[in-house]
Amino acid sequence: MFMRPTFRLVRDNTKIQFMRGRIMGLVVSAILSTASVVMFFYPGLNLGIDFSGGIVMEVRTPGPADFGQIRAALAAEHIPEQGVQQFGDPSEVLIRLGAQPSEAAVQQAVTRVRAALEKAVSGVKVLRTDAVGASVSSELFRNGLLALGISLVMILIYIWFRFEWQFAIGAVVTLILDITKAIGFLAITRIEFDLVMVAAILTILGYSTNDKVVVYDRVRENLRKYKTLPLRDLIDLSINETLNRTLGTSMTVFLASLPLALFGGESISGFAWVMLFGIIVGTSSSIFIAAPILLFLGENRLRREAAPAATPAARS
Amino acid sequence: MMYFTPLKTAVILGLCLLGTILCIPNLFPAPAPWLPWRQVHLGLDLRGGSYLLLEVDMKAVVKERLDSMVDAVRQALRPGAIFYQTLEAQPDQNRILLKLRDPARLDAALAAIRPLIAAEGRASTPEFDVASSPDGTIVLTLSPVALNARALGAVQQSIEIVRRRIDETGVVDPQITQQGETRIVVQLPGISDPNRIKELLGKTAHMTFQLVDETANPNAGGVPPPGVDFLPMQDNPNQKIAVRRRVDVDGGDLTDARAGTNPQTGEWVVNFTFNSIGARRFGDVTRANVNHRFAIVLDGKVISAPVIREPITGGRGQISGSFTAQSANDLSVLLRAGALPAPLTVVEERSVGPELGADSIRAGAISLAVGFVLVIGFMATFYGLFGWFANICLVVNLVLMLGIMSVLQATLTLPGMAGILLTLGMAVDANILINERIREEQRLGRPPLSALEHGFTRAYNTIFDSNVAAFLAHVMLFIFGSGPVRGFAVTITVGIATSMFTAWMLTRLLVSRWYIERRPQLLPV
Repeated sequence: MFMRPTFRLVRDNTKIQFMRGRIMGLVVSAILSTASVVMFFYPGLNLGIDFSGGIVMEVRTPGPADFGQIRAALAAEHIPEQGVQQFGDPSEVLIRLGAQPSEAAVQQAVTRVRAALEKAVSGVKVLRTDAVGASVSSELFRNGLLALGISLVMILIYIWFRFEWQFAIGAVVTLILDITKAIGFLAITRIEFDLVMVAAILTILGYSTNDKVVVYDRVRENLRKYKTLPLRDLIDLSINETLNRTLGTSMTVFLASLPLALFGGESISGFAWVMLFGIIVGTSSSIFIAAPILLFLGENRLRREAAPAATPAARS
Repeated sequence: MMYFTPLKTAVILGLCLLGTILCIPNLFPAPAPWLPWRQVHLGLDLRGGSYLLLEVDMKAVVKERLDSMVDAVRQALRPGAIFYQTLEAQPDQNRILLKLRDPARLDAALAAIRPLIAAEGRASTPEFDVASSPDGTIVLTLSPVALNARALGAVQQSIEIVRRRIDETGVVDPQITQQGETRIVVQLPGISDPNRIKELLGKTAHMTFQLVDETANPNAGGVPPPGVDFLPMQDNPNQKIAVRRRVDVDGGDLTDARAGTNPQTGEWVVNFTFNSIGARRFGDVTRANVNHRFAIVLDGKVISAPVIREPITGGRGQISGSFTAQSANDLSVLLRAGALPAPLTVVEERSVGPELGADSIRAGAISLAVGFVLVIGFMATFYGLFGWFANICLVVNLVLMLGIMSVLQATLTLPGMAGILLTLGMAVDANILINERIREEQRLGRPPLSALEHGFTRAYNTIFDSNVAAFLAHVMLFIFGSGPVRGFAVTITVGIATSMFTAWMLTRLLVSRWYIERRPQLLPV
């Protein structure tokens, strides 16, 4: 254990012809992403209050919570709740209220819910209150989209600058496909889409980019090394050479996220599940999406340029 | 590549040591006040507390400015007997509309108004843009520059008043900062029910002393006579009082206000003291109006309207008006802290109780520990000795991250803890790249030293490119994110930076020391 590696993920000299599955990979990805986009509109995302506006209160009752009693208490005060549900422990309750007509109404509603609960359930404790007004929620949503968009553009520019435009387009198209799938995952699982999810998606974006760059980096290096090898074989070779690393890194990030999903508590486990999904998608897309796109875009161009290039260093 | 001068070795180890030292302040409180004791702050989601996002009502700021300008214009036109059909503030368009009865007096009116604008504009550009047309219309538009300056002033003044009000409540270590152009973030550690604070911040607390018009009957309905408003009583909104619009003394001239009890009746009152200007005015007005009623108006509501029995010249007075201990105390806090330039609305509130915070810390710590063990186990199993080099770097990486975050006094949130864990997972990527590369180079037939040299050099390019791309995504998250999510972005960006250092410098140093020590014929990769 302290000297030689105990296991290897992939044997040396592995030669899997990944590019044979390129059409398959792209088709499957396109279907999944299309389905995700459809699900984005119907049934749509389960928007958290960060983006929809409204109120969420998490309360703890002394014994197991009596949901009927809490609902009745709110109804008695004419507070229209959108959900009273268990949250983790049986004694913990999550109360949701929809968006309110004005900022002042949001504040009043918080006070009224608190008062109604304290009257109805003795010993109740409000653990958490989140109240987001309409102006803030739309702004948070816009900022989230902006962060996503600008990140993509910066990644595009960076890869273009460091590699060739075919690489940049390949990476960004793949990233967009990855993100749509993550959104489809959110729509299916009904995991609440809030600010933390934007962080998750951006992290997936970062991780997935990282993974693509490693494969691309090897393709670039091999382009200089093997002047005559067809691009298709060259991409296969590059993927195989980096396969141990690709799988190794995705496994460590996966292992790091897994405990968050299992023990991280209600508020962070959603984030972790999306991360786990994103790691699988991001890793497979490096091989089955980003590489085939590069093959299609670069079939003739990358090779023709490379052949007469006498000084390989000039291209980096 | 694999040779380290003693100086370089010392610098690398020194940086690691420095990181460790920087972590120490997190372990216990400062032993002496003069020590630079920088710690990582726990976010409100972990230690419990409230986060309030307040919006300064800029419309009110503009409206107030326009209203006072209308008054100034009215007074400027009076001496020249320039009559007008319309003189009104149009706050939605940030302007004042003036329509003269006689278009021929346009020049005279402009001449009367010009000095007002010159006098108001402290900056190089005038505060109002003046436009006139021959039909006798003059439009004064608040210039965008002046608008911005006024907004900035209002927000900064609001921050100051908010701070004073919160300080009065005894909240420990509140943080009050500006966000964007018109918003204020208030963070209150340890306050899980911010209701009282919200009540204190919900009032502008603009107090004025105005004379009551005893000839008008406000409760009979009808329109108030010119220069008079019908204002509701604070404790009974149905009862109205006819108050003259002219402000005789302003609450801004108060120097102190304290809650107390009236020794005769035992009821709660607020005792106040004026500064010299306020005291003189108060004295003058009360002297001239003995046996008349004087209204004390707070935010458009009459607290009380007592009859002046005798001139009050000492600059001291008392407000009574069915107070409780709490409301008397709140009013005195508000008066001492001063009036807000504009109303504040709470647009976002997040509060977390201490129990939930403790739960989150526990959940985060368990996840962190389990994840750490899993990653270390993976590296040991799949990379052997070189995996252990990576694991040493992982520990150092964690220490460096904490050290840098301590120096930055960054805030650790629950998503931030998730970020640390993810970073640990991603940090070993650099080591995996290096190990794989060295292995490849060795398989190509290179002797150990050459394989190490080539392995590190080639892996470096990849590590750099792949990390920069991920770095960009998280910098965006920091710029556009808010609250706990920013904490996540901070930990990840710091983690990417430290992992590049540990992989590139520390791993290489460890491997090179090991190589010199052992001189192996074959690298165990």
